[in-house]
Amino acid sequence: MGVTGSPTNIHQGTRTRGGIGESTLRPDGILKVTGEFAYSSDMWHEDMLWGHTLRSTVAHAEIVSIDTSEALATPGVHAVLTYDDLPTSVKNYGLEIQDTPVLAHGKARHHGEPVALVAADHPETARRAAAKIRIDYRELPVITDEASATAPDAILVHEGRSDHHAGHVPHPNIVHRQPIVRGDADAAAARADVIVSGEYVFGMQDQAFLGPESGLAVPAEDGGVDLYVATQWLHSDLRQIAPVLGLPEDKVRMTLSGVGGAFGGREDLSMQIHACLLALRTGKPVKIVYNRFESFFGHVHRHPAKLWYEHGATRDGKLTHMKCRIVLDGGAYASASPAVVGNASSLSVGPYVIDDVDIEAIALYTNNPPCGAMRGFGAVQACFAYEAQMDKLAAELGMDPVEFRQLNAMEQGTLLPTGQVVDSPAPVAELLRRVKARPLPPERQWEVAGEQADVRALPGGLSNTTHGEGVVRGIGYAVGLKNVGFSEGFDDYSTARVRMEIVGGEPVVTVHTAMAEVGQGGVTVHAQIARTELGVAQVTIHPADTQVGSAGSTSASRQTYVTGGAVKHSCEAVREKVLEIGRRKFGTYHPAWATAELLLEDGKVVTDGGEVLADLADVLEDEAVDIELEWRHRPTEAFDLRTGQGNGHVQYSFAAHRAVVEVDTELGLVKVIELACAQDVGKALNPLSVEGQIQGGTTQGLGVAVMEEIIVDPKTAKVRNPSFTDYLIPTILDTPTIPVDVLELADDHAPYGLRGIGEAPTLSSTPAVLAAIRNATGLELNRTPVRPEHLTGT
Amino acid sequence: MDFLRPASWEEALAAKAEHPTAVPIAGGTDVMVEINFDHRRPEYLLDLNRIGELSEWEVGQENVRLGASVPYSHIMEHLRAELPGLALASHTVASPQIRNRGGVGGNLGTASPAGDAHPALLAAGAEVEAESVRGTRMIPIDAFYTGVKRNALEPDELIRAVHIKKADGPQQYSKVGTRNAMVIAVCAFGLALHPETRTVRTGIGSAAPTPVRAKAAEEFLNAALEEGGFWDSRTIITPSIAAQFATLAAGACNPIDDVRGTASYRRHAVGIMARRTLGWTWESYRGNGRSTEGAA
Amino acid sequence: MRVNFTVNGRQQEADDVWEGESLLYVLRERMGLPGSKNACEQGECGSCTVRLDGVPVCSCLVAAGQVEGREVVTVEGLADFAAHRSEAHPGSGCASGACGTTLDQARRWEAGPSGEQPRDTGELSPIQQAFIDAGAVQCGFCTPGLLVAADELLERNPEPSDADIREALSGNLCRCTGYEKILDAVRLAAARAEETV
Repeated sequence: MGVTGSPTNIHQGTRTRGGIGESTLRPDGILKVTGEFAYSSDMWHEDMLWGHTLRSTVAHAEIVSIDTSEALATPGVHAVLTYDDLPTSVKNYGLEIQDTPVLAHGKARHHGEPVALVAADHPETARRAAAKIRIDYRELPVITDEASATAPDAILVHEGRSDHHAGHVPHPNIVHRQPIVRGDADAAAARADVIVSGEYVFGMQDQAFLGPESGLAVPAEDGGVDLYVATQWLHSDLRQIAPVLGLPEDKVRMTLSGVGGAFGGREDLSMQIHACLLALRTGKPVKIVYNRFESFFGHVHRHPAKLWYEHGATRDGKLTHMKCRIVLDGGAYASASPAVVGNASSLSVGPYVIDDVDIEAIALYTNNPPCGAMRGFGAVQACFAYEAQMDKLAAELGMDPVEFRQLNAMEQGTLLPTGQVVDSPAPVAELLRRVKARPLPPERQWEVAGEQADVRALPGGLSNTTHGEGVVRGIGYAVGLKNVGFSEGFDDYSTARVRMEIVGGEPVVTVHTAMAEVGQGGVTVHAQIARTELGVAQVTIHPADTQVGSAGSTSASRQTYVTGGAVKHSCEAVREKVLEIGRRKFGTYHPAWATAELLLEDGKVVTDGGEVLADLADVLEDEAVDIELEWRHRPTEAFDLRTGQGNGHVQYSFAAHRAVVEVDTELGLVKVIELACAQDVGKALNPLSVEGQIQGGTTQGLGVAVMEEIIVDPKTAKVRNPSFTDYLIPTILDTPTIPVDVLELADDHAPYGLRGIGEAPTLSSTPAVLAAIRNATGLELNRTPVRPEHLTGT
Repeated sequence: MDFLRPASWEEALAAKAEHPTAVPIAGGTDVMVEINFDHRRPEYLLDLNRIGELSEWEVGQENVRLGASVPYSHIMEHLRAELPGLALASHTVASPQIRNRGGVGGNLGTASPAGDAHPALLAAGAEVEAESVRGTRMIPIDAFYTGVKRNALEPDELIRAVHIKKADGPQQYSKVGTRNAMVIAVCAFGLALHPETRTVRTGIGSAAPTPVRAKAAEEFLNAALEEGGFWDSRTIITPSIAAQFATLAAGACNPIDDVRGTASYRRHAVGIMARRTLGWTWESYRGNGRSTEGAA
Repeated sequence: MRVNFTVNGRQQEADDVWEGESLLYVLRERMGLPGSKNACEQGECGSCTVRLDGVPVCSCLVAAGQVEGREVVTVEGLADFAAHRSEAHPGSGCASGACGTTLDQARRWEAGPSGEQPRDTGELSPIQQAFIDAGAVQCGFCTPGLLVAADELLERNPEPSDADIREALSGNLCRCTGYEKILDAVRLAAARAEETV
């Protein structure tokens, strides 16, 4: 990996080992490799019961009656709960719109919606009891797409909407609509020498985190509950859980358990309230663990989308205009749909300069599975479509697709369709140059001299479908634009509590945040920041819980930026306090205490010239400095509901990919040979983790290019493949080498100049693979994932 | 649910006779999925793991007698020469972990049209040794599959072994899945050349309610090879013959549309695999095997 | 029913086992060994991989009753198993419960300082150390199964090619890493083993 860019401005403590910029190892690594790390499904308690969720077997129906008597009479069953058992008047929850019933009431709106809960002494007892619950459904017609959702006589998925989007949407089955209009797209179109358009389809992707939804709720003596769960945002969960339980927030004490991946799928609640309800009802600890089948119903998915795009360009290759319409299927409940709409519309232009645009994005209410947050969040679907458009335009113009993109690439200072100026580096053209400049992987790698063809290097892999027959290579490029952090005027802040004290004669720092470590390595980075800022080797990361202020969500590529920023901010305050104590105690002994720039390094107070003034042990003695502060990034603005104008985003993130694929053109099977990525990360706080994020994100993009899709029956709105047998994610044999080229161009507005990195690689990976497959086959391929049927015309 | 743990084959037969609804479990790779996902709650589970002989095989003059529980990984490693088609098929089964547990007996017991072993067994020629307290019978593989996930076993019978013809010529196996490893067949094709009888046999997986042979394709090819004197001349098979063979193989399919693939793709893919596997085996028969066999 | 078997070198007994329980469930919920993971329970992810009489298998697909009298090695016993490999028998692993995570332990869990090992790294097997060093662990849910599978690969094939590694690990899904660092880790462990020979 090459790391290049301008040095960032660091004032403190860069000389302390294990600080930022180093590939320090994960603090939870040993526990994770020995099997001792406590994931949410590993929780165990004496006398605990097992919770089980009974889910609707139909997608849209009136619930005429529920009979739980037989289930309740089952030996070993401690409780059976339905809507009627909910303890308060608050019976719904939701991230932005509280439209999701804790348990279905009167109506089931999607396949797999929770209807009843059982607690029993063994999971099998709970399952058998659940099977005895009799539910009488009266089925309703299903709403599955825009046409059925907005038909004049369409059944409303949610009657009597009163949420803050209800007033401006054109139909009650549209969750939110965000147009963006800038310039005059029609007039600009008249100047275009070529115009290309296309309709694109993006399938429903699942986060497919490996650790299923799970947790343990333990009733407490004070009438409250202790909840151990895997989530992305403890405080957001808490805000939604407590009112349903009828408890004040301080009586719902949440602790983050080990999180087996998230990728957006844990932003919404799953079993949290259910476990608490059962625990409070039975007075016993209750554990709930979804299996993989249930997990597919237990969390929202990436919005499937239909996207219509038109672009124009002049003969010399300059983009004239863009019109697009993006229809996202939000499914039965709002989840994060409004924000996904905001992203899809505001990022629909991609990393290109286009002055005249006419954009509309909507999300539908349907009876399909609810969709919400997944890595890339609205930007992914758009990137797939606009990158296909770029290739089409380049082909129409007879230009090289990379040169065409570079010619139109956004840069620092570019005005976006929202009227926002990109005010930090935007090295789009450079990222493309880097992936293009890489040497290509050797051809025909399956041929081993004098040996049999190695099918592991061929499309079809171990299935032995080709020994080279029909195999054609293709190369494709793509680049994407992602926002970082929560946008549209959201008060996006985080909180960090930092404590410095002397233990056994050595300074020790404890960092306490509510940040959900979901695997991304935030805990590693927090320790690095503390070392850099406080010059202390020994840093302890306190478990994340709700005993400290909110850290916001582990999503939107924001945690290193925002909670990292909060840790830095609190460390700075601790440092000032420590120096203040030092000045008070020792200021009279050395003039430098008053005059010099002071740093903390290697457990000492030193001048910027390197002179040691005091040991921290002597400064603090038995005093502890303990500070909890909030920190927020620059404020953003809401987008105007008619024009889409507004400084809606705080930071942008860019990645480019080059995909090299080999396609068995006769069987329609694809082997991705290499998927090179270049990304600007502003500042790599932990280069090893940065690479890991980029390679992981790239692979999720690959998955939705060639295999991943939740298939929903359009007639019944039922999920047809809720298992790892039929929802396929890439194996190690499907995943190519992923060389990574990291740029570090500082964003001066961000801590250490860093840029959020987690999502951008998920955007451009998919269209790059699609472009490469098109290049190999000559097919148009307007939908992802590509299936063998699409490549063989069958 | 009761868990029966017979220590010997005789005890297993007795248990199955006493409890005909008992579900045999060996590798567990089918049964446990159904139990874990609450798709099945058998009254009795009949564990066959303690019966060591089921994991053994004997290579005879004509046949390999393959114990029902010989794991796929052993077939891949030890029976490549005798059962090349089945060894290739075994290598496409799920994952290394599954191949360490699963065996052909389970594939036959489940009789899923997508079972990976079936096309190879059909192409090689095999008989299923089924036994009950009433006695032993040999069920020809062509008569074994009776419907979707149905087979010719009587309720009191267990599969003891499979007798598979030792290869007398090149064999091949191909399987289409939408992932490069650990994937259930969208469709599969097995082909075996039998130079001793101057015949070709085939097997198709996952493209009809049961595993089937492409009999019309076999008959056409047998006739064409005979008429053209190809068995003796060992010349390259005329492309038109290969194409017609492929068309007939595709025509032998009676597939459905499902989440794994469309019916028309399955027909198409079976045709391609038929043509390719014929090409590979024939090149091998001609003596050019090394460059074409594939190291699956 | 009652099931007796050896886990990580130690004789274990489980009582009142429901006949449909998997080995995975018994390990996780009855023996305090939750290291083997429950990601799919259908043999499609490998996160529950253990050695059963030395052979890597998905413990979710082994019926509890089938392990009667047999030997199981889980990730919790991997370090000891690797340490005793040269003696050609599995070593003694953790006592029942000692390797699991009770609620109290979970409550007390704190991430140690990064870059420093809170205990003697000699307690880790080479493949475990390599996974940490190469950055092959993110969320870590796939890690135990991958470690068991990778350790067995290197036992069989000390100098695997990249294609060999990919094939051997093709039954273990990882959603976080894109597998690159996992490949790095196996290469690293192989290279380190070669150095010490």
